[in-house]
Amino acid sequence: MMELDPFALSGAKAKGKRPYFLENPDTERLMNIVMTLAQEVSVMRERLDTVERLLDRKGTISRDDIENFEPTKDDADARGAWTQEYIARLLRIMQQEREALGAKDQYSEEVADELAKE
Amino acid sequence: MSDADCGRKTYDGPPDYRVVGRHGMYPDISHDEIARFNFLAQMNRHLSTKVMPGVSEAFDARVEPAFKKSEGRDFRDRHEVRKALLRDPLFQWWSALRRATMEQRQQAGRWVTLRQAATLNEKAAQMTEGDNRLSLDPDLKIPRYVSAIDHHCMPGSYHTELTPGDVTGAANYDIGLFATTGGMLGQFNDGGGVAVAEWVKKNLPDFKPKRILDIGCGLGHNVLPIAQAFPDAEVVAVDVGAPMLRYGLARAKAMGVDNVRFVQGDVSKLAEFENESFDWVQSTMFLHETSYSSMQQIFAETRRLLKPGGVVLHVEQPQYSDDMPLFEQAMRDWDAFYNNEPFWTKMHEVDLDAYMAKAGFAKDGIIHDGVAAIVDPAVFPEAANDDEQEDYGRKAAWHVIGAFKETGAAAS
Repeated sequence: MMELDPFALSGAKAKGKRPYFLENPDTERLMNIVMTLAQEVSVMRERLDTVERLLDRKGTISRDDIENFEPTKDDADARGAWTQEYIARLLRIMQQEREALGAKDQYSEEVADELAKE
Repeated sequence: MSDADCGRKTYDGPPDYRVVGRHGMYPDISHDEIARFNFLAQMNRHLSTKVMPGVSEAFDARVEPAFKKSEGRDFRDRHEVRKALLRDPLFQWWSALRRATMEQRQQAGRWVTLRQAATLNEKAAQMTEGDNRLSLDPDLKIPRYVSAIDHHCMPGSYHTELTPGDVTGAANYDIGLFATTGGMLGQFNDGGGVAVAEWVKKNLPDFKPKRILDIGCGLGHNVLPIAQAFPDAEVVAVDVGAPMLRYGLARAKAMGVDNVRFVQGDVSKLAEFENESFDWVQSTMFLHETSYSSMQQIFAETRRLLKPGGVVLHVEQPQYSDDMPLFEQAMRDWDAFYNNEPFWTKMHEVDLDAYMAKAGFAKDGIIHDGVAAIVDPAVFPEAANDDEQEDYGRKAAWHVIGAFKETGAAAS
C-alpha cells in the first residue's frame, strides 16, 4: 500500500475557492492560527484534568490510564463547563462587540470634556 | 477544576465525545484527539448560541437601518441582505470563526484517520472482501455536482481515493459529525434516520416495505436505523463514493446490521434496477448536494423504481418561502456560499411540489411534514426541545417532502 503523509494530508485544502471575511485577509490568517492554538490549549487542559482526576482516585497513573480514562457524567459535565467558560473568556471581544450594539456609550474623552464644563 | 466549580449553573453544553458509539470499524482515537473534538463541539455551540445572536442584533441595530438610509427602500431579496451583512464586523467575525472551526474539524478528523490509514483500509478490506453486498463500479463517472467542489469543506469529498481501497475520508466524516453538530445526532450520528423510521411507523402503520432504496447514502448512517426498523426488508443504499460504501458496509456489519447492500452508482440513472422494484425510496440531506437537471432525473427515476402504492421521502432543511424573513433566508444561505454547499441556495428557493408533479407524481399524493432527530435524551441534546439554538441550516430538525405513487400507475 502506498505510504500517505498524514502531516500534509490532514491540513489539505478543500476544493473550492476559500472566502475571507475580515477586512484584511492577513488578520483572518492570524485568527486561524490563534484559534488552533486555542484548541491545543483546551486539549492540554483536558489532559491535565484527566491526570488530576486519576491521581485523586488512584494516587499513581500510567499513560495507558490517561488514554483509557472514562469520565463519569459529573466529570464530563465539569470538563464541559470548563471548556464553555474557557471559550467565553477567549472570545470575550465578541461578547463585548455584541453588548456594545445596544449601548449608548461615549468615549471617555468626550465624558472628560463634559465633566470639565463649569 | 476548582475555579470553574464556584457558582456554576447546571451544565447544558454538548456531552463529552466519549458518549459517541465506537463500533468495530471505528478508528483508534487518543485522549488528545478526543479533547480536540470536544473543543470543536463547544466552539460550534458557542458560535451558534452566543455569537450568532449578535449577528441578528447587529442586523436590526445597524445593517438594515444603514441600507434603508442609503437606498431609500427595503431589501428586495436575501442576496441583498447577505451582501449588506458581509460589510458588518459581527457577521465578518462570526463567519471567519465558523469557517475556521469547520476547517479545524476537518484537520482534526483527517489526522486521526490518516495516521492509521493502512490499518483502517486493511480492516475494511477484510470485513468486506468477497461480500456481495458491496458493488463498486470503478468506471462510474462522478457527477459534476460532486466533482466541482468539496462539499462542506471536506477535502476529497465523498469520492476521492488517496490510495487503492481507501476508506479514510468516510471514517473522517463518521468521527467528526459529533463536533459539527455538537452531539445533536446521537450516539451513531443516526438521529435523523431514527426519526424517519419512526415517522413511517407512525404515519403509515400498515406499510410493510419489502425493498427500500436509499439514495445518496454516504457512509450509511441514516439508512442503518431504517434497516434496523424493518429487519425483514432488503435495503439498497446507493452513493457515488467508493470509500463511503466500503466503510459503510464494514460499519454496518460491525454494528450487526445485515440487510443493507451498498452499491456505487449515479442515482439519476439506476438502470440495473427494474421498474417498480422498490416499496420505499428515501433520501436524507441529499437533494441539496445535486443540481436542477439531476434533481429532475432523480425524481423521474424514483418514480420509475417505485411500486404502485409505494412512497418516496426526501428529508431536507425547510424551503425558503415568502413567510420566512429575508434575514433568516440569508443566514440559511451561509453554508451555500461559505461552506461549499453551492446548490443549497438554489434548491431551497424552488417549488419542490412542482418538480415532483413534473416527474409524474399526483399533486394530491404529495406529503409535507417535519421531523427532529431522535436521540437518547439522557445523554444527548434534543433538537425538538431546543429553542435556544437556531443554528440556521444545521439544526437537527428537518422538513419531509414526499409522495405516494398512485396505485394502478404505469411506470414512466
